[in-house]
Amino acid sequence: MRTEENILVKLKNAGIKQNDKWLVKGVSLEVEKGKIVTLIGPNGSGKSTTAKIALGIYKEFEGTVEKFTNKIGYVPQKISIDWTLPLRVADFMVLTDDLDKGDINEALALTGVDHLIDKNLGNLSGGEFQRVLLARAISRKPELLVLDEPVQGVDFTGEIALYQLIKKISEKLNCGILLISHDLHTVMSATDHVVCLNGHVCCSGSPIDVAKDKEYKALFGEQASQTLSIYEHKHDHVHSDDGDIKQKN
Amino acid sequence: MFDDFFIRALFAGIGVAFVTGPLGCFVVWRRLSYFGDTLAHSALLGVTIAFSLEFNIALSVFISSSVIALFLIQLQKKTNLPGDALLGLLAHSSLAVGLVAIGFLSFIRFDIMGLLFGDILAVNVNDLLIIWIGGAFILLVLKLIWKPLFASTVNYELAEAEGLNPDRAKAIFTLLMAAIIAISIKMIGLLLITGMLIIPAAFARNISDSPKGMVIFSIIGGLLSVFIGLFSSLNFNTPSGPSIIMAALILFIISLFKIKQSIKLKN
Repeated sequence: MRTEENILVKLKNAGIKQNDKWLVKGVSLEVEKGKIVTLIGPNGSGKSTTAKIALGIYKEFEGTVEKFTNKIGYVPQKISIDWTLPLRVADFMVLTDDLDKGDINEALALTGVDHLIDKNLGNLSGGEFQRVLLARAISRKPELLVLDEPVQGVDFTGEIALYQLIKKISEKLNCGILLISHDLHTVMSATDHVVCLNGHVCCSGSPIDVAKDKEYKALFGEQASQTLSIYEHKHDHVHSDDGDIKQKN
Repeated sequence: MFDDFFIRALFAGIGVAFVTGPLGCFVVWRRLSYFGDTLAHSALLGVTIAFSLEFNIALSVFISSSVIALFLIQLQKKTNLPGDALLGLLAHSSLAVGLVAIGFLSFIRFDIMGLLFGDILAVNVNDLLIIWIGGAFILLVLKLIWKPLFASTVNYELAEAEGLNPDRAKAIFTLLMAAIIAISIKMIGLLLITGMLIIPAAFARNISDSPKGMVIFSIIGGLLSVFIGLFSSLNFNTPSGPSIIMAALILFIISLFKIKQSIKLKN
């Protein structure tokens, strides 16, 4: 269902120019309630920049951004916390919002780190910290979640589980999610719409359409496209093998 | 009860410590030590203006420090110089301009030592009122902007993305810094005010593991420094500001032993 009132954020021809160089240009996309939109693209293709434009972190940009919600949860890609600040997980959870204990514990339990609540943030491992970041963003029960590489540093099985969790959250909270990933493979099953970036929008559409797109193949190579197709078949069991698909070795 | 100069000084110090505690934590967290110094140095200019125009000292210092802060923000936008160079430039030039201005005002008798290092004898009932009412106001405003200020101290983009308006909180915090310098200049002196902001907070960092805990210990550290400093100032006839800061330093050194212990436990 595509109705105007379901739209949470809408970018139209958005771009940003720094020192006469476009960081990203001409991006149009919209995130609706209950839908997951994934941005993929190589390093420096403007994924994070696009997310920051949508979030309103950048004040000067080209094009238009319309935001229809103020309840936003954000997991930034890089977060450097200065350890002159004594900060426990419990303090970090209420950073931007006052939440009650129940909500905090529930969110931490969902991402599997409720046992760390009294730990100092500086003592967490990369994967643990990433789970805390995700828990903090969802604990506010946001209408729009922006997740910039939310599972970096998490082990592979944990990664799959977290993406399943993200999918579950979008259904449960009926929130829209703007997800950034460098790997379409793992987010495949948890995505409604994919936008492939490389300084501009290369191609966009359903995950399968994007995987088959020749621009996507040019950007990520034939191999990436093929593993994707296999992955899709394994989980769909609809198509029979056709000549294009080769077994992964 | 406020007839005695020592009681007045004590109450002034208590009032100042309650405000420098939480503000000092933010100065340490946000790495604003040199910024505090710059504002404090520019206070001398405010004092000379106050004397020459027969104006209230605290108000005059607040205005001059705020102007310097705004000027700094403009300079940061217009030049390619690094932040610390700009801070040094403003700190020393405003100190120099202040001292030259004092030279011109030869018809007024200045207690330069008192201005630079604080003078407990100079604290009158009027100053006490300014410290307590001004201090209460600063704490109230800090409480109001706590959430956005703290969130943006941890991560600016997170605070901005989730709609907390960190830029406004930062601007208000700058004014609060100017205000604390204005109300504590008589007590501690402009060369040592930043010490009162940083050292109790540094002491608190060593012995606390949460932000609120650090604020509380920072206030306790400030209060202890004021008590110890003022009593020794009275007994040994030393200037009040340096005595308070020295007491704070001793507390900081003691707190270092606590870190050593906790490191041992972890290994």
